[in-house]
Amino acid sequence: MGKLNIVGAINSALSEEMERDSDVIIIGEDVGRDGGVFRVTEGLLERFGPDRVIDTPLSELGIIGAAVGLAAYGMKPVAEIQFMGFLYAGLEQIFSHAARIRSRSRGRFSVPMVIRTPYGIGIKPPELHSESSEALFCHMPGIKVVVPSTPYNAKGLLKSAIRDPDTVLFMEPSRLYRSIKADVPDKDYTVPLGRASVLQEGRGLTVVSWGTMLHKAAEAAEGFDAEIIDLMTLKPFDEEAILTSVKKTGRLVIVHEAPRIAGFGAEVAALVAEEAIEYLKAPILRVAGLEAVVPMARLEDFYMPSLERIRKAYEKVMRY
Amino acid sequence: MPLEIIEKIEVKRLRIINERGEADPELITAVSDEEIIRCFEAMILARTFNQRALSLQREGRIGTYASILGQEASQVGSALAFSDDDWLFPSFRESGVLIARGYPMWMLDRYWAGDERGMKCPENLNIFPMSVPVGTHVPHAMGAAWAMKLKGHRKAAGVYFGDGGSSKGDFHEGLNFAGVFKAPVVFLCQNNQWAISVPRSSQTAAKTIAQKAYAHGFDGVQVDGNDVAAVYKATKDALEKARNGGGPTLIECFTYRLDDHTTSDDASRYRSKEEVEAWRAKEPLLRLRLYLEKKGRWTKGYEEGVAKKAEESVDSEIKKAEAFPPPDPADLIRYTYAELTLRQKKEMKESGWGS
Repeated sequence: MGKLNIVGAINSALSEEMERDSDVIIIGEDVGRDGGVFRVTEGLLERFGPDRVIDTPLSELGIIGAAVGLAAYGMKPVAEIQFMGFLYAGLEQIFSHAARIRSRSRGRFSVPMVIRTPYGIGIKPPELHSESSEALFCHMPGIKVVVPSTPYNAKGLLKSAIRDPDTVLFMEPSRLYRSIKADVPDKDYTVPLGRASVLQEGRGLTVVSWGTMLHKAAEAAEGFDAEIIDLMTLKPFDEEAILTSVKKTGRLVIVHEAPRIAGFGAEVAALVAEEAIEYLKAPILRVAGLEAVVPMARLEDFYMPSLERIRKAYEKVMRY
Repeated sequence: MPLEIIEKIEVKRLRIINERGEADPELITAVSDEEIIRCFEAMILARTFNQRALSLQREGRIGTYASILGQEASQVGSALAFSDDDWLFPSFRESGVLIARGYPMWMLDRYWAGDERGMKCPENLNIFPMSVPVGTHVPHAMGAAWAMKLKGHRKAAGVYFGDGGSSKGDFHEGLNFAGVFKAPVVFLCQNNQWAISVPRSSQTAAKTIAQKAYAHGFDGVQVDGNDVAAVYKATKDALEKARNGGGPTLIECFTYRLDDHTTSDDASRYRSKEEVEAWRAKEPLLRLRLYLEKKGRWTKGYEEGVAKKAEESVDSEIKKAEAFPPPDPADLIRYTYAELTLRQKKEMKESGWGS
């Protein structure tokens, strides 16, 4: 057991999985000598050599497209895309191929790969370095979407993602990369995909969140009897955990950084409306990013759900 | 200071048998009569299937179909150069490639009839399901070839795409990766001169597609795509180079799509009858007959025998295809992920599928 931040936890997961399975390789831009723009792959080139930690040309489509072929042939590529906004160049490879090849070939071929990418506001960068586009990927059948929130679950979830037989998009909250340090076991453990975790039990309202926003949602919950659910896997998501909690509390607030319209919160809200409406004492509320392009640094605090906006939503549902 | 020439590029064209059936005496030694005959018979089989598919479409027994008429040499000649251990990545116009490699024709029929099970490649072959989005599968072949290299397997990957596909970023990014990582992959451009209604001259200002390889650091060659001997030899050479660690090759098969783009297209809207007829006079079987006849290996009776066998084989495959039971609706959910999600189980149950 040692104290690690999320960068260290992911590095440790990669390192252990590469040790365990010689088919696991890392590909991406600057992942080798430079250790990745966030230093997540630091030291891995030295440890595993240039055939397993591979700097590629600056070509996101190429990285993901090649990873499809690598994975189909039997490698286990973990592709790093430097920022979520750069992943858009590879969308067709994900949507039209990675997500469909198992189905298209009726199970003869599959694409067990992991695409790691930092997401969200957090590092005051230029444009398109702060995207939070999980809903796009959740909408597409055939891929899985995972968002860790702590060093412990980052390591365990990434190990599960690497061992998973399907394509997994692993969204790393860039704002949290180095801001939380926590105990992370040195030994092998996994956190299963598809299951949420209850961060805090409560009876007054259910709060559903993930990644960066989970921490804000939890901070805002001080003084409320809130049950806080960290979804962790958005696709496939843990419907049961949400329904069980809402049936107990009768109130639901969803907090996410991405824009509200067709955001993943809408799916969570719809699930509860369809399957547990009779338990609801209050309208379901979403606290989300605004209907606007993700801004650069000077305006980002106005865009992101603030503690105040989140608290207001909690107060509102509690008035019913 | 005078300008220096720092790189010189020469783009070559390979042709072994010309339209009159005359072979280059030196080059032809690379291809045996037996290999040519194997190609010839596979081309007849591919054409027989193709023509049948077109009539099945007209009868409403299959859906939209993309004809390979005129491209048999480019498809069969290249496909036969590969071995079953190699991995192939076809586009949607590749019946000739698949048939030459022994892909079951009844499965091809089912695919075009709208049944995904037709693309469940048999275990003895490694042929990826056809890629519908143009050119986007080029990086997949590169990736598979890269994996072969990383695993130390002495194999190669081949990928088929058209002149239209060469305009895609995927093509360039795949070629660029292949050059950088020296992946054992053969890029087979089926330049059939038309991407639906847009002619080759509007796809690129470059004189050839073959020359695009040089920008990515490896060789490209244009071959007469209606000369099966040239296509076969070029592919064999590229494969030998790939298997010996020499990296990728781009082969531009210069051929012609004699039919409409698909059965949903009408090519008379955008190209002249004269152009099509001029190419029809150069179609690949004509010269092969002349060549084999000169070698004393072709008679009318011989070809009739080959054609009869092909017809019988296609008959029995179509019969098998049409007797194949319809797909289980649960299949449409079943293969999305390795395992059903809870939501999918619920949807299956609600739909009354599976058990």
